[in-house]
Amino acid sequence: MKKFWLATVDAFSTFLKVPGTVTRRGAHVRDAIDLKRIMIIAVISVVPAAIFGMWNVGYQHALAIGDGRLQILANFWYGFLKVLPLYVVAYGVGLFIEFFSAGIRNEEVNEGYLMSGMLIPLIVPVTVPLWMLAIAVAFSVIFVKEVFGGTGMNIWNPALVTRAFLFFAYPSSMSGSQCWISLKAGENVVDGFTGATPLALEGASAQYGTGIWDYIIGTIPGSVGETSVIAILLGAAILIWTGVASWKIMLSSIAGALFVGGLANLGGVGIPAWEHLILGGFAFGTVFMATDPVTSAQTECGKWIYGFLVGALCVTVRLFNPGYAEGMMLAILLGNTFAPLIDHCVVSSTMKRRAKAAAKTA
Amino acid sequence: MSKNIVLKKGLDIPVNGAAELCLSKTVSPDIVAVEPTALKGFTPRLLVKEGDKVLAGSPVMADKKNPAILLASPVSGTVKEIVRGDKRKLLAVTVQADDVQEYLKSEPACGSAEEVKETLLKAGLWPFIIQRPYGITADPAAVPGAIFVSAFSTAPLAADTEFTLGGRVNDIQAGINALARIAPVHVGVADSGSTFAKLENAEISVFKGKHPAGNVGIQIAAVKPIQKGDVVWTVSLLGLAAIGKYLTKGIYDVRRKVAVAGPAAIETAYVETLPGAPMKTLAGFYGGSDEGIRIISGDLLSGKAVGADGYLGFYDDTVTIILEGTEPELLGWAKPVRWSQFSTDHSYFSWLTPWRKYDMDTNLHGGPRAFVMNDSYYAKVLPMDIFPLYLIKACLAGDIDKMEQFGIYQVLPEDLALCEYVDPSKNNIQDMIAQGIDLMLKEMA
Repeated sequence: MKKFWLATVDAFSTFLKVPGTVTRRGAHVRDAIDLKRIMIIAVISVVPAAIFGMWNVGYQHALAIGDGRLQILANFWYGFLKVLPLYVVAYGVGLFIEFFSAGIRNEEVNEGYLMSGMLIPLIVPVTVPLWMLAIAVAFSVIFVKEVFGGTGMNIWNPALVTRAFLFFAYPSSMSGSQCWISLKAGENVVDGFTGATPLALEGASAQYGTGIWDYIIGTIPGSVGETSVIAILLGAAILIWTGVASWKIMLSSIAGALFVGGLANLGGVGIPAWEHLILGGFAFGTVFMATDPVTSAQTECGKWIYGFLVGALCVTVRLFNPGYAEGMMLAILLGNTFAPLIDHCVVSSTMKRRAKAAAKTA
Repeated sequence: MSKNIVLKKGLDIPVNGAAELCLSKTVSPDIVAVEPTALKGFTPRLLVKEGDKVLAGSPVMADKKNPAILLASPVSGTVKEIVRGDKRKLLAVTVQADDVQEYLKSEPACGSAEEVKETLLKAGLWPFIIQRPYGITADPAAVPGAIFVSAFSTAPLAADTEFTLGGRVNDIQAGINALARIAPVHVGVADSGSTFAKLENAEISVFKGKHPAGNVGIQIAAVKPIQKGDVVWTVSLLGLAAIGKYLTKGIYDVRRKVAVAGPAAIETAYVETLPGAPMKTLAGFYGGSDEGIRIISGDLLSGKAVGADGYLGFYDDTVTIILEGTEPELLGWAKPVRWSQFSTDHSYFSWLTPWRKYDMDTNLHGGPRAFVMNDSYYAKVLPMDIFPLYLIKACLAGDIDKMEQFGIYQVLPEDLALCEYVDPSKNNIQDMIAQGIDLMLKEMA
């Protein structure tokens, strides 16, 4: 029992200070980098999207009740109070399970969930009931991460599985035109307002002159953090510069989306290909979710293929499946599933090529 | 004609305390230890008892599997103690040195390949020859495809071979001439202007790049990667000089200039001493007590922590002294800038000050985790055409087929030492590779 609590105590103490552990075997000196630093950088990269998302929750609420005044602080505060409980639940439930399993396994608590917990509230509708979120988080942390052995061993991105769980278990709370706008009790939507995402409306701007700049800035309904392309690009810059996420995956995902979108355009189907990049969860998923180093492809060549697959699948789902307006979640989960296979093909073909080259020189 | 090979991947760890290029003293140790532990694949059988007289060059131990392979005493004197560890494992034989050194004299013959082998075996110089794959003491019956020598080291704070061995080119040349009868010799040098670039009877390649460009394993991989069934031998430049000395003078003389370096060294310089010399003879460099410091025979990445009671390793020409990093660091990873720490990662800012050197210590800077970052994070410091993380995981899984496929034949733990250095999950990667190699040795035997 004493050992069980050690993991928890250790997690808090190492959070405050780097312990005086010294190298016992192998290289006597080690780089200052550790997973805590890498994870905190990843978390910081999401902050712009989170802050904008909170403001946008308030802004959408104001639009819905017909309050056209631009109140930056008031809108942010409204959204903050709405999103905060999501964070409390996501981190509370997820970290509890993480600490508990670390105690059982007698290992140090892994930092991986800090990033998952940061992402989860941003990829769900703000109105999602907290008990649903708690169940979804518990499911995903236990069955997608811990049963495989914890961070580093999982096959799918835990944050996305949380969303997928909600999506399939409670579809009525996850899609349609009501779930994206948070309203206080007794408030009514003004006439003509629809809370549907532009993607669900196929880009048709409904009531608020939705234009390209609205998509890019992010003043549209959607999951909390996914709407602002600018905030997401800020995060992408941090991730690429620090090397936490792969630019190859981001670039090839964009290429994949443009490819399928472009083909569809040639056949006269769908919105212009490039609009897919700034609508819905594409940008958020490409930057923060598809690039997860654990669940994405490992090899450099594999990353190109994997990214392309994610982008292409996303737009394919968007265009050809009337049931799902948004395809990013499923595209990334499918990409995660195929990543080991992609790597296997890349590695074995490289090995074969090398063996041939070696046979030639010998 | 020399070949130029540029290696783009790698990392020179900017640590303070490189040894100054001056010979501070010559140490003639009273006691010398003959340690078989540094020799991989060598199972020692004692040839002496306590109280026996030995000459410099007299065999002290032989290999159980191949009794022709001998390990000799570097000094003349009396066998003082036979040191055993757990399960009576032979750890060392210590020899009390005579005041006047006497050498075992012989008339070395090296007409044919067989004669060269016989001479080196008899002289006790054979352990200098390492066989790849697996980095074991070479099998005299094997037919190597080539013999590789790296004439420089890029490891952090490693001895400068121009300084330590630049004056012994004649010995080295004699060594090459003999070994060239067994197989073609390849020498890797750091610069076409290097003293060693003028060596004859060998193929010279110039390697440009950061550490581990000076590792012989990396050089072999760049010249001709080891495939299944290949056997190559490697000899250190130091070993080559000792072999050459034996062939020209007929004496077993393994004296060497050793760099004493490291951020915690009171003074850094070179000393002339013998392998097996006690670290106590270097007390002036670290202050006598090893409390709070770590004394490493070898370099910072792959050397062995021996402590003040230890001895200089058979293959080593560097002693590194660093502080034990037992002091916790408040807020460490959470500080935006960590001025006193170096990191290759862009999330810290050491890349802004590439000229700075750091007083590194042995702190792990984190806790052990599962591998999270992917293959390319490790591959950026490994100038070899392999997938390091796949190889490491194959070693962990003990999967022989996969290890083979991913290049276990090409590597020794030291080649992946930098992967271990940069690993944010703080895994002991060199250990993992060593386990894989041990498994290969067991299964392939």
